[in-house]
Parts: sequence; C-alpha cells; structure tokens
Amino acid sequence: MAMSTSNLTIETLNKMFAEGKRFDGRGLLDHRKLEVSFEVSNKAEGSARVKLGKTEVVAGVKLALGTPYPDSPDKGNLVVSSDFLPLASPRFELGPPKFDAIELPRLVDRAIRESHMIELDKLVVTPKEKVWTVYIDLYPINDDGNLIDAATIAAIAALKTAKVPGIDKDGLVDYDTHKVALPISKETAPISFTFFKLGNSIILDPTREEEEACEAKVVWGISKWNKQHMINSCQKGKRTVFTRAELEKMMDLLPEKFDELNDKLKKFL
Amino acid sequence: MAIKRESGRSLTEIRPMMAKVGVIPNADGSAIFAFGDTVAIAAVYGPRQLHPQHMQDPSTGILRCNYDLLSFSVSDRKKPGPSRRSQEISKVTEWALSPVVDLEGFPNTVIDVQIYILQADAGTRTAGINAASLALAHAGIPMKNLVCSISVGKLDKDLVVDVDKAEEDFKGGEGPTDFPIAKIANTDEYTLLQLDGKIQPEVVKKILKLADKACEEIYEVQKKALKEVVQ
Repeated sequence: MAMSTSNLTIETLNKMFAEGKRFDGRGLLDHRKLEVSFEVSNKAEGSARVKLGKTEVVAGVKLALGTPYPDSPDKGNLVVSSDFLPLASPRFELGPPKFDAIELPRLVDRAIRESHMIELDKLVVTPKEKVWTVYIDLYPINDDGNLIDAATIAAIAALKTAKVPGIDKDGLVDYDTHKVALPISKETAPISFTFFKLGNSIILDPTREEEEACEAKVVWGISKWNKQHMINSCQKGKRTVFTRAELEKMMDLLPEKFDELNDKLKKFL
Repeated sequence: MAIKRESGRSLTEIRPMMAKVGVIPNADGSAIFAFGDTVAIAAVYGPRQLHPQHMQDPSTGILRCNYDLLSFSVSDRKKPGPSRRSQEISKVTEWALSPVVDLEGFPNTVIDVQIYILQADAGTRTAGINAASLALAHAGIPMKNLVCSISVGKLDKDLVVDVDKAEEDFKGGEGPTDFPIAKIANTDEYTLLQLDGKIQPEVVKKILKLADKACEEIYEVQKKALKEVVQ
C-alpha cells in the first residue's frame, strides 16, 4: 500500500473540520496565500510560477508548427501535459505516469479548451495544412496538496503572457522574434476549484495531509462567458459519494468563489 | 423553442435499452447493456488473490476496473491498448462502482471488472457502468444497491437526456455540454460526475434532477435483466 495518513490524523481532521477548524487556522473554504510570478524561462513563449501556500507549480507555454487535427482543420492545436517530477515530493517516482499525473493535465486541458480562452481559430498559418500547436507543460515543484487548482492558475497565467514566435522566409519558426501576443479571450479564463470531502465536511485548497485524509473530491473548472458564470469541466474522484445537497451547495458557492479568486489573480496579471 | 432531436426522441427520452445478464460463461458475473447503438459488455472475475502481493489490503478486498473500446467500435479504428482516455474512464468507473460494493469480507483479494465497448455511439462510459453494475450483482458480490448511469447534455440552452454521437458533435449557441452521471439507485448519492462544455451552475442542479428520473428507468431495466437470469 502507498504511504497513507494515520487513522489518528484522519479522526482529528474530521473532528476539526466538523467544528469549522483547520490546522493552519484557515476557514474550510479559504485558500492559502496565492502568489503568481512570471518568466520562469525566457525560452518559453510564456511561463508562470504559482504558489498556493507551500504548493508550487510552474507552467510553460511553447508553440510549434504542426498539422491540424482532421476534425478541426481550421484551428490550432492545444496539448496539455504534466510530469510529476521526483523533485517535488518523496511520493513521486520516475517512470510511467501514475493516475494523478494523467488526470491533472486532462482536467486543465478540459477547463481551458471548453472555456474557449485560447482563440484556436486564430492560430492557423495555412488553412488545413499548417497551424500552431500550443503546448502547455505543467510541473509541480513542491507538492503540498491541491495541485490541479494550482496548475490551472499557472496555465492561464502563462497563457496570458505568451507570445507567438515569428516564421522566417523558409517557413520555419524563428524563436528569437516574438511579435504578437497569443490570441486569447479578454473576458474568459477558467479557474479550477476542487472540493474535498471528509465525513460531512467540505473543504477547499487542502494541504497534502488534508487531501490524503479526504474521502472524495470533485474538480470544477469555471469561467465567465457572456457575463455569465459557466462551468466548463467537472470530475468526481475517490470512492465516496457526494449527495445532491452537497452538489447544490457547491453550485451556489462557485460563482462567488470564482469572483473572489479572480480578483486576487487580477493583481498579478 | 426547444430543439428537435435528429433521432426523433423527446428531450427526456432515453434510447431503447437492452440489458442481458450471464453472457460470458467463464466469468463469475457478466452482462451486456445497450443505449441504442452504444453497446457495452462487462465481466467480473473474483474475488481472487491479488497479485502483486504488496498491493493486497488485509482490511478489505479491492475493486479494479478496466474500460476500453474494441478497435472496430468506432469509425476511425482505435489503436488497441490503453490510452489516457481509457485509463481515466477505467478509474472513474472504479470510483463510480466502489461505493456500493462491500468487500470487507474478502481481505487481500481483488475483484476485476472488465468493460469493453462493442459499438460506440456516445455514452460508452455510462453504458459500461450499467453493464458492470449488473455483472457485479450477477457475480453475487455483496452490494448495497445497483449503480445507474446516464449522460445528460445541454445543446445550446436545451437539456437532453442520453446524448448520442450526433448530439455530442452539436454546434451553435452555447455549444454542446456532455454531463455523464452515475448514482446509487433510489438515493440522492452521486458516484460519477464528469462534464465537458459550458453550463451555468443553476442548470447543473436541473441536470441532476433529470438524471434522477432517467436512472429510475435504467434501474427498472437492470432489475428485470437480473430477474430473468434467476428464472
């Protein structure tokens, strides 16, 4: 069995959550301190570093020329990947990705893709033949829980600063010249909120210890589109159920949580 | 003005369902479940000794699910072998079924659930979960209840139950949203939630209610199939 949280810790957390308390003094739905910075690598078309408490994720955007997918001949491509480097946690090992490392980029991909934040139709060089592929690569640098939410913020921050490289006279990418900003929506950028459940309590932004103790989670990607809050992606995880009442409460909470975190983010962008 | 479905179905109408239990004699439990042209077949093997040994849990048996498409179940041949998509669906299927099975009586064992899609026309994970739920019951695994699963969609502003492939590729307005859901029959407990698209939080609440109704119908089909095998 994998390293797991002791029963004593789980019981203690369960009791504390039921009283609305956490080890670090936060309320159940409060985030840790958020910090966003840029230019992790000047070789990337855009990059960002996000810290949520002790959790740290870096995101880099690279653009390359490629051929469009047959089902979207007039659109650029989006590829989101992640690698859980053994650098970031004693839990991570080299080798083929474990489920967490498969799930994270898929959920970030869905939140970004379905929100239509990137204007992929403006990334066509030659229709049906040559388009830009936008690669977003996400690396945890220090895992202290809530990686999916942190990675989504890192991805959108990196996208907001990304520029499209030039193309030289031979049709090759000239990575030394970046002329125009990556075409992204002014209004829409998704944020991810993962609700975790232990006993009857629901919390946001868990530390690694809290996350391991929890029995269920559900990830929601949410953005604003035409001035409305829109949920773009969702995935429930782990072996415990969510009740209808719990899900309905999340639907009431999500718009206000989105506005709150979005305001915090704006200060960095 | 509500949209007209290409299939002629009403907005809340599920495609014709087919369920049959006991379709693989070698398996401890098996079933086939179809929503119209989407057909899933599932087999249960176990409880049996779990290997490798270090994965064994002395406090309980574990459920392990594997979902995939047969290569010829889709228009563009699917390359055989697991993909990231199939690995994700395998995992969410495992999570969807785990809450109803009680495996404490089978320490150190595994129950393997194998789900394959014979023919795909959208809703493959939901059909797979319905088939697997039946196969687990057929295998005599202690279960609290059956799990029922359905996909509810939003096409522009209209909500439709049991999205088919044509609807999945819908274009225009607010676009298509696909929301596969599974729940424990006759409860308000949800075991699978996955979503892709663009949908207002208030509409999510409505979709949960639509899924409840559909799951009641699915539950009846599942019960009937289980009774037929017993007779």
